[in-house]
Formats: sequence, structure tokens, C-alpha cells
Amino acid sequence: MTVRVQTDPFDLGAELAGFAAGRTDIGAQVSFTGLVRDDGGLRHMEIEHYPGMTEKAIAGIEDQAIARWDLKASLVIHRHGVLAPGEQIMMVATAAGHRVAAFEAAEFLMDYLKSRAPFWKREVTADGAEWVAAKDEDETALNRW
Amino acid sequence: MIDVLYFAWVRERIGLPKEKVETSAETVAGLVEELKAREARYEAAFADVSALRVALDQELSDFDAPLAGVREVAFFPPMTGG
Repeated sequence: MTVRVQTDPFDLGAELAGFAAGRTDIGAQVSFTGLVRDDGGLRHMEIEHYPGMTEKAIAGIEDQAIARWDLKASLVIHRHGVLAPGEQIMMVATAAGHRVAAFEAAEFLMDYLKSRAPFWKREVTADGAEWVAAKDEDETALNRW
Repeated sequence: MIDVLYFAWVRERIGLPKEKVETSAETVAGLVEELKAREARYEAAFADVSALRVALDQELSDFDAPLAGVREVAFFPPMTGG
């Protein structure tokens, strides 16, 4: 398992090709990529995080996913800093024996990263800057696990 | 002395990311009361603690938690990762 928190962009293709390379016990790989979405007027997004806690929190979430779905490999990359509309924010990738485990583990990772990893998004528009509020459904999404 | 960290709008309202605090509070809630008594900017940041989260030594915790042995307390709004 790998966790990376970084300002730089990542090469999605290279990451997917590499995160479980060399293994022959994997039947399914699933990935999710989050992008900066502009619903109108977004200049850029700023992402703040809590260095130290961020890496630990993500590793803890990843450990749970690995144990629960018997993942063979997993990867989480999350960027911080200033991101333009259309840029990649983060990705998760999971590798398992079968696809159901890989899909479910990827969804679990995403649900937990949203509200349990210490990142805060701020949207900057022509009218000013505003912190993105957490949604109630992000919290209730955890109940299904 | 403990390190107290602030993130996102909590950091903006208080006006600094981190400070060392001498406290005799036994719980997080007690520390919040001490901070609120300092200045209006703390009062503003901690006006509604139900809108805040707290981490003790980089683990999510809650406002009733004891502070004994804790070195780092962080206050922040609900997280918006992903």
C-alpha cells in the first residue's frame, strides 16, 4: 500500500501501471480520479491539509480496506495547494483477486477520504473565496460500511 | 505547554496556524473555554463547537476527551477531502 500527499500532478497511467506491477495474483484493478470541477466562475481551488495527520489518517483507512477486502495492492495520492479547474485532485487505486472487492474497496476509500482525512477545500471565484462546506451525505455515506 | 493548531476557517478567524498554550484544562472543552476567554477572535472561532472537529496527537477525538499527556491539539472544520 502506498500513500502520497503532494502538490505536484501525478501521471495516472504510470501510477496505474506501476502500483501492483509484478504480481500475478490480481484479477481486478479499479481506480477513481477526482478532478477540480467548475460549476461556473471558479478561478481555482486551494486545498489545505494537516501534515503528519493526513498521511496517518489515510494509512489507517487503507489498512482497514486491505484487511476487509483482502486487497493485494492499493494506492492513494492526494494533492494539496492551488489547483486549476480540470486538474486532478486525487486518485485511489485498488487491486484484488476479483472485481467486487476492488470496486467496493475503492468506494470505501473514497467515502472515508472525503470526511476522515484532514483536507479542506476552498473555492476562489471572482466574488471572493469560500471554504467548501462538508455535506451531510458525506457523513451518512460512512454508515453503509 | 501544548501545541495548538488551527486549520481552514478556524485558522483564519484566530489569525494564526499554531501556538503554544499553557493550560490547566483537564479536557478539550476546558481548553476551548480558556481560549474563548482570551479574545474576541477565539470567541468567534469557537462560537459553535458542534461545527468543529478536534484531533489529539493527530487522531480524531472529541471535546469531552481528557488532555492529560496530550502534546498536540488541532481544531478544524469538518473535513472536505476527496
